[in-house]
Amino acid sequence: MKITQTNKNRMIKVLVFFFAITAFSSLLIYAFSKNMVYFYTPSQVINKEAPINKFIRIGGMVKIGSFKKLNDSLKVSFKIYDLNKEVNIKYEGILPDLFAEGQGVVMTGKLINENTFVANEVLAKHDENYMPPEVADMMKEKEGSIYKNDN
Amino acid sequence: MNISKIANLKFFFTKTKNLSKFLGYLTFFLMLGGIYWGLFVAPSDYLQGESYRIMYLHVPAAWLSLQVYMIMAFAGFISLVWKVKIMEIISIQCAPIGAYFTLIALVTGMVWGKPTWGTYWVWDARLTSELILLFLYIGIIALYSSFSDKRQAVKITSLLTIVGLVNIPIIHFSVEWWNTLHQGPSVTKFDQPSMHISMLLPLLYMFVVFNLYFVAVLIKRVQLGIYSREKKSKWMEEYLNG
Repeated sequence: MKITQTNKNRMIKVLVFFFAITAFSSLLIYAFSKNMVYFYTPSQVINKEAPINKFIRIGGMVKIGSFKKLNDSLKVSFKIYDLNKEVNIKYEGILPDLFAEGQGVVMTGKLINENTFVANEVLAKHDENYMPPEVADMMKEKEGSIYKNDN
Repeated sequence: MNISKIANLKFFFTKTKNLSKFLGYLTFFLMLGGIYWGLFVAPSDYLQGESYRIMYLHVPAAWLSLQVYMIMAFAGFISLVWKVKIMEIISIQCAPIGAYFTLIALVTGMVWGKPTWGTYWVWDARLTSELILLFLYIGIIALYSSFSDKRQAVKITSLLTIVGLVNIPIIHFSVEWWNTLHQGPSVTKFDQPSMHISMLLPLLYMFVVFNLYFVAVLIKRVQLGIYSREKKSKWMEEYLNG
């Protein structure tokens, strides 16, 4: 295709338009970035970045060995962690099928103090790993754990 | 100048008739093979069991929803700068196809989300930005149909398409920029894919088949687009009558 002067002018107009839109929306997203966080992490909770006694979401990995179920009720308690920080969770209700120790969860509820969270809803967060069961077993034997914590 | 453009449309209209038919049949049989591969041959997941298999529709549809948008924007850009008729038609005819892919991605994602996450829908960044993509596609189609002068219409929709282009990197990187319920990328990252090869191969195969489907449908739609624009022209009458 030939690029004439008219084409050039049009091209510049369209590109300027595009960059203006991009700059505009980048600033907008940057400004709203805090509100676009879908959930807080345990580190943020311990660092007091999450508000107490307000409806928020928090997410992390369920600590292995921390899950406790109270007899004759749906009340459960467990700990979630990321890196080195932990938060205690209390919840009463039905857990999703994928809920397990070592798995990711995202919960809605309130912080009642700096490190205790009462959840109303528990959702399982699936990670990006897909593999057949045999491969998972092999990796389990090899590494002790199949779960990567890259975040 | 004018003659060469009409000749171009005529060339496309008359030469691609068999091609779209051939691609259509090819896609159909390759799709059957891909569905068999994905639903019966590929192993079940260590964690999700069988429910992960919906990704053989979900992931290619989601990828295509972004890819079609980028093609639409590229064709729109060319048509804005060079006023190439065929590019105008390609640009606007991409919109309904992209909308279907977006809808498939959203619906299959919801069906998968219920057993996996425990909910059909959450307002996290990935799901919300993909929903915005659907609205963009619908907006582009609606805007186009509200003009009677279709060349003018494409000018406007191309600009809207370019406005919406900023949403594409947002959709792709939303899972990395923000905490989302949707998991991060398994395949489209610089690292090694986090998916076993026996599951990855049918997925990539389905992606290729979805692309073929897209090309087949796009050619058919562009033919219709050419027809509705050129039905009163001399060459079209001559072609259809003889």
